[in-house]
Amino acid sequence: MKGRTGPYWRDCVVVSLAVGVIGVTFGVFADAAGFDLAQIVVMSALVFTGASQFAAVGVIDDGGSGGAAVGSALLLAVRNALYGPVVRRALPVGLAGRLGAAHFVIDETTAMAVAQTDHRHASGAFWFTAVTLWLCWNAGSVAGAVLGAVMGSPEAWGLDAAFPAIFVALLAPHVRTPAGRTSALVAAAVALGAVPVTASGIPILLAVSALIPAVFVQRRQPPTGPGADRGSRDPGSAP
Amino acid sequence: MSWPLLILLAAGSYGLKALGVTALGSVVERRLGPVVSLLPAALFSALIVVMTFEAAGELVLDSRVAGVAVGAVAAWRKAPLLVVVAVAMAVTAGLRLLV
Repeated sequence: MKGRTGPYWRDCVVVSLAVGVIGVTFGVFADAAGFDLAQIVVMSALVFTGASQFAAVGVIDDGGSGGAAVGSALLLAVRNALYGPVVRRALPVGLAGRLGAAHFVIDETTAMAVAQTDHRHASGAFWFTAVTLWLCWNAGSVAGAVLGAVMGSPEAWGLDAAFPAIFVALLAPHVRTPAGRTSALVAAAVALGAVPVTASGIPILLAVSALIPAVFVQRRQPPTGPGADRGSRDPGSAP
Repeated sequence: MSWPLLILLAAGSYGLKALGVTALGSVVERRLGPVVSLLPAALFSALIVVMTFEAAGELVLDSRVAGVAVGAVAAWRKAPLLVVVAVAMAVTAGLRLLV
């Protein structure tokens, strides 16, 4: 039962560099939509959720109101709340530590943390990704805002395929059990069905319903694999 | 976007993250226990679907799909993440050049 192989920092750096490039495109986009440099800097540093930031800027760029921009951005940010329970074991135990770590609980840090087969690496992977990704995202945003559209269209580079591919690789350790596969397949079907009929951000929330059939499958099978291990409630196994 | 709204967005984003690692986290841990280990598969799978097939609120089939598929094969063959990303981007970019 292997998760991602090799030292995790290598994967963290790849993810962070890709995020940095997306950060440049964010900076370019926000600048074009009329955000000034100070706003772009504050947004990337403090909102620190790529999808939400793109959504907010997109609404403004389309001539929408500031309230609508905040609304659609926060709707996309709800999934970060769902990552909390998933990544909790990799975070500090005390309330202050958790509140400090919370700012960095996003798609990539959660995925890198829970892709580690060895629990002792989950915390390291979370923090290493958090710091490098935050730096890359902010440096990228500023570079994009200052330099403008120097790199051409990100689509021309296939950048929009980079992130789903990264998450496919990070999903792999979670689909090694029948229950994990059920969870992933049902979630994919729910999300596919929901995309055309719901607002951005909702499909991923609805996909949580995949847990119901997945639990049903899990109860009929003895739990194995990295997921089962992580489910252990033995406090001694927490990093 | 005005500064107060920007601060509201930052506060809201942080609030959701903080809720997840504190109150929601402990409730889910207590109520669901080991079931939490099945949650990443659902969340990341849905995220992949959205990032691969969604454009402006609709389902679309474009060059991304081919790139992600080739990236998935590379990931399945245990290729390093850098290779997974590189082939996904190369296939997608290459198809866009041709089409």
